[in-house]
Parts: sequence; C-alpha cells; structure tokens
Amino acid sequence: MSTLPVPPETTDDTRPVATRRDTRAALMFVTPAVLGLIVFVLIPFIVAGWLSLHRVNLNSPLPAKWFGFEQYQRILFDADTRGDFYRALLNNFTFAVIVVPLQTGLALALALLLNRPLRGMALFRTFFFMPVVFPMALVAVMWRLIYARDDIGLFNSALNAVSFGQLGPVDWLGDPKFALASIILMSIWQGVGFQMIIILAGLQGIPGTLYEAASIDKAGRWAQFRHVTVPGLRNTLVFVSLVTTIFAFRLFDQVYILTKGGPDNTTTTVMYQAVSSAFDTGNVGKGAAITMVFVVIVVAITVIQRMVLKEEREIS
Amino acid sequence: MTVHDATGGSLPERALANADADTPGSLRPSPLRKAGNYVVMTVLTLLFAAPILYLVVGSMKPTDKVLDGLGGFLPTNLTTENYDKVLDRFSTDASGHLFSDFYLTSLIVSFMIVACGLVVNSMAAYALSRLRWRGREVVLMGVILLVILPFEAIAVPLFYMLNDYRNTYWVQYVPFIANAFSIYLFYTFFAGLPKQLDEAARIDGAGPFNLFFRIIVPMSKPAFASVTILQFLASWGAFLWPVMMVDQPGVRPLPLQISVFQSQPPYPWGEIFAFGVLMVLPVLIVFLLFQRWFVQSVASAGLKG
Repeated sequence: MSTLPVPPETTDDTRPVATRRDTRAALMFVTPAVLGLIVFVLIPFIVAGWLSLHRVNLNSPLPAKWFGFEQYQRILFDADTRGDFYRALLNNFTFAVIVVPLQTGLALALALLLNRPLRGMALFRTFFFMPVVFPMALVAVMWRLIYARDDIGLFNSALNAVSFGQLGPVDWLGDPKFALASIILMSIWQGVGFQMIIILAGLQGIPGTLYEAASIDKAGRWAQFRHVTVPGLRNTLVFVSLVTTIFAFRLFDQVYILTKGGPDNTTTTVMYQAVSSAFDTGNVGKGAAITMVFVVIVVAITVIQRMVLKEEREIS
Repeated sequence: MTVHDATGGSLPERALANADADTPGSLRPSPLRKAGNYVVMTVLTLLFAAPILYLVVGSMKPTDKVLDGLGGFLPTNLTTENYDKVLDRFSTDASGHLFSDFYLTSLIVSFMIVACGLVVNSMAAYALSRLRWRGREVVLMGVILLVILPFEAIAVPLFYMLNDYRNTYWVQYVPFIANAFSIYLFYTFFAGLPKQLDEAARIDGAGPFNLFFRIIVPMSKPAFASVTILQFLASWGAFLWPVMMVDQPGVRPLPLQISVFQSQPPYPWGEIFAFGVLMVLPVLIVFLLFQRWFVQSVASAGLKG
C-alpha cells in the first residue's frame, strides 16, 4: 500500500557528487519554499521571543520598551497575575488527560470494528469520518444548539426522555461544572474519525501471517490482541496520542465561539489567553510570552514522544 | 454523554469480541455475532450522524422550530425559505454583503494556499530528496524541525508583524503557502521512488527540470492528492488567523462569518444552519466522491511519526 511509511533516505552514496547544474537547479527549486518558511515561520518565531521581553501594546503610541523577563514573571510567578494562565494550563491539561485516552480508545475500538471483512463497513467508516471534514467553527455552532439551555436543547430533551424527567435540564455551556466537559465531548465527536483512519492504516500494516502464527500457537483472541495487535500498533498509537495531546494545547476555535473562556474561566485555554491578550487588549508582549511557553510545551511533548518511540525501536 | 456510553467501559472486550473475523484460519463469525456487530455499528453510526442530521433538518425548518428539543429532528414544516434568504441577501448582516462574497473569500484563500503550495512545496521536496547539493542536510533538518511548530506558536507575532495589512485577501493566504509538513509529505514520497528513474533519465540527457516535471510529478499523484486534501481542509476551516486579521465583512471567510452570524440576536437559527450546510456542502460532496483519497491522505499524515 502506498500509504505505508517509507523510511526516508537521508544520504545516498550511489549518486555522483553535487554537480553545478544540480546545485543551481536545487537552489531554484528550494528557494521559494525556504523563503516562505523563513519569513512566515522562522522570523515570527524569533519576533515572538523578542516581543516577550518587551512591553509592547498596540493601543499605546509608546514604542516597544525593554521589559526583561517581567512578562514571564507576571504570567508564571506573580501571585496577583498568574491565576488566569495557570487556570488555562489546567484546562488544557484536563482536556488532554481526558481526551487522549478516551478518543484514542474510541478510535481504536472503531478501527477494530471496521477492520473486518464484513459487508457495509465502508459505509460505517464514511459516517465516522464525516465530522472530520466539518470546519470547527460550524461544529461549534451546531453544538451550541445541541447544548442549548432548558428543554429546547437537544441534549436536555434527550436526557429528560431517557431519565423519565428525573434529570436536567442542565446549562451545558453556562454551568462551570459542565462547560469544559461539553467542549470535550464535541471535540471528540469531531476528531475521533481522524484517529480512527490512522489506526486503521496501522492495523492493515500488521502482517496477517502474525495472526496465523498466533492462531497456530492456539493463542486466544485476548492473547492475539495483546501480543500481535497492540505491539503492531504501538508506533501508531504513540503518534496518534502525540497529535491529540498537541491538539489539546492548541484548543481555541470552539472556546472562542461557544464560551469565550467562561464561565469563571473554566474553559479558558493557553491559546485563548494568548489571543485575547494580544488581540483584545493589545498587549502583544504578554501574548508573545504565552506563545513562548506554549512552544516549550509542544516541543517537550514532541521530545517525549521521540524518546518513547526510540526506546521501543531499541527493544524490538 | 451518549457517545461515550455507547462504547464506554468495555472497550478492550468489545474490540476482542470482534477481532476474530480478520484472523485468517479462524472459523467464520457466527451469524449471531455478525448480527450483533451490525447492531453495534448501526447504533454508533446513528449517534455520530445525529448532529449532522440535526443540522440538515434544522436548515429546512422555520427558526422557531429548530430549537425544539428532540423535536428538532422531526421533518415538519419543511421549507427552503432559509436557503433563499441566505443566498439572496444577508438580512441580518447590516453590512449588505452577500453570501457569495464570503464564499468567494474562502474560495480565493483556499485555492491560493493549495495551488501555490503544491508547486512551491513539491519543488522544494524534490530538491531535498533527489538532487545533490551543498546545504541539503541543513535545509532538510530545518524543515523537519519546523514541522513540529504549529501555527498557533507564531500566530501572535505574525499578527503583530502584519497588523498593517489587515483585511486583505493576501494576508490570509500568503503566509500559508510554504508549509513544512507538505514539504515533508512530498519528501517521503519522492524519496521512495526508485533511483533508477533518475539514472535512466539522465542517461537520456534529461536535466533536473525535465526529470521533475516529466517523471517525478506524473508518478506522484497520490502525494499531490494528499497534500491538496489536507491543505484544503485546513484552509477551508481556518479560524484563528481570520479572527485576528479580518474585521471587515468584504474579506471575511465562511467560518468567521458563521461565528459572527451566530453571535447577533435575534438568532435566525434556521438561516444559520442553512448557511452551515452551504458552507460544508462542497467539501462533503468532494469527500463522498473521492473518499478513498481522503482516507489515504489522512492515513499518510500518520506516517509522519
């Protein structure tokens, strides 16, 4: 299958040494993209570092002023001002801790159900994958009505029906106890199909001979799952968890549309804070400092994943 | 929490109960198990499709019948009035802009990101995977490092840098044309093509340009399809950047417009849902027609790990 990983080759000793013609062509080919990446990714990243050490406000006519580590001090350590940021971090963290296992588990279950030679599986797959092509802004608007207060909301109405009027109605997005959980549920609905497809590809990459060998050894279903499926999917699952964890820290669209971080900051996120600092209040220095902390988190998650993968490769 | 309850609790067991069918050599699944499997799948599918069904039905109902509990699913009082209103004029948006304006913005932005991105990123990947030149390793390393950085990591400084160019089309697409992840996807694909191709072509006197446009590009349709789909989905749904850079309706893309639309009372839910259907419809049609490609491109995104 063309979708299976092809280990990229970094060196190729059979080819002749760089010729002038190749070099000239290579530079022409590579320059537009490299220029774009430098101007719109690398430089902004450096600018973020610079901004985070300055006092810069878009609404103020004063020029940028050196501020040292004061922005970081305020976000991370100053007891009077650090509350919002830690609340955001906690929310992102909670989101990750709940969504990563739940969504990965659900995606794995769906992938296992679909990875069978039964008729109609392609149709089911279509439905599970469909939310993935929905823009998050539209998903948020749809779920705003599903979560609507009182009995006119779809969820409350369903809850009322299944509990014979005993439960609800709940203000899903307005109640501090439920707001984050509500954001989490709709995010899983939108995202699980994406993971499911990646896991399905991983399942199809496990050689059927392994299962044959296992059944010759009289391995039961549990043993086959435990000793063939899980090890065969390990890298896929690690990758999928990494993407979802980083996604959890990027959380923004749904929060912006549905709750604006409320109620009582229970759904605020790191990105929501960065954007509202920079955009709503013009405090670009603070927004940039939050961005830098965000980068540290993302890089840390990636490094941890690389280490886990490397360990597995060394063992096997 | 209906979605959880349907599968929660006994994930491994259920997975196992169904794991035997793909096991060569084992007995065929019993009719009972097969039936059970279909029941589970049907229930799950209904739960998954419910929000979409709600959107479609709601888009064809008068606004006061959309928010009606479970009754929102009932296909009563169906009308195309919402669609007429959305397509004809934007009654709720005082700006006087038409639906087609928002559509055009989204189309221009997505088209430019995808089309220019395909050219620029595939060329770079070709130079990185199949040409020998000094500095190749450094550039490749840089690209791989930049893949890690999500757009959110540079949104705030980019907003600061480009603040004078708000409310333009170009500010919505130019920063996204060069894309490290697209380069990486092309790179892995090109690197997997047989080396003999280059040698044969070079013996025939083809230079690097001919080699790329005549041989590599025609052989790499799956890679181009994958990048097209992934970039299109991302750009069609882009939200964070327009929130910061666009406040004038004339250059507002669809996701931003629906968020503005749903924030202004009195909420015309029927029209908002009709707007939503129209916004996702082209993507859905293309998805249903080219489903295999969608699935493959998402799966290929997974090989990054």
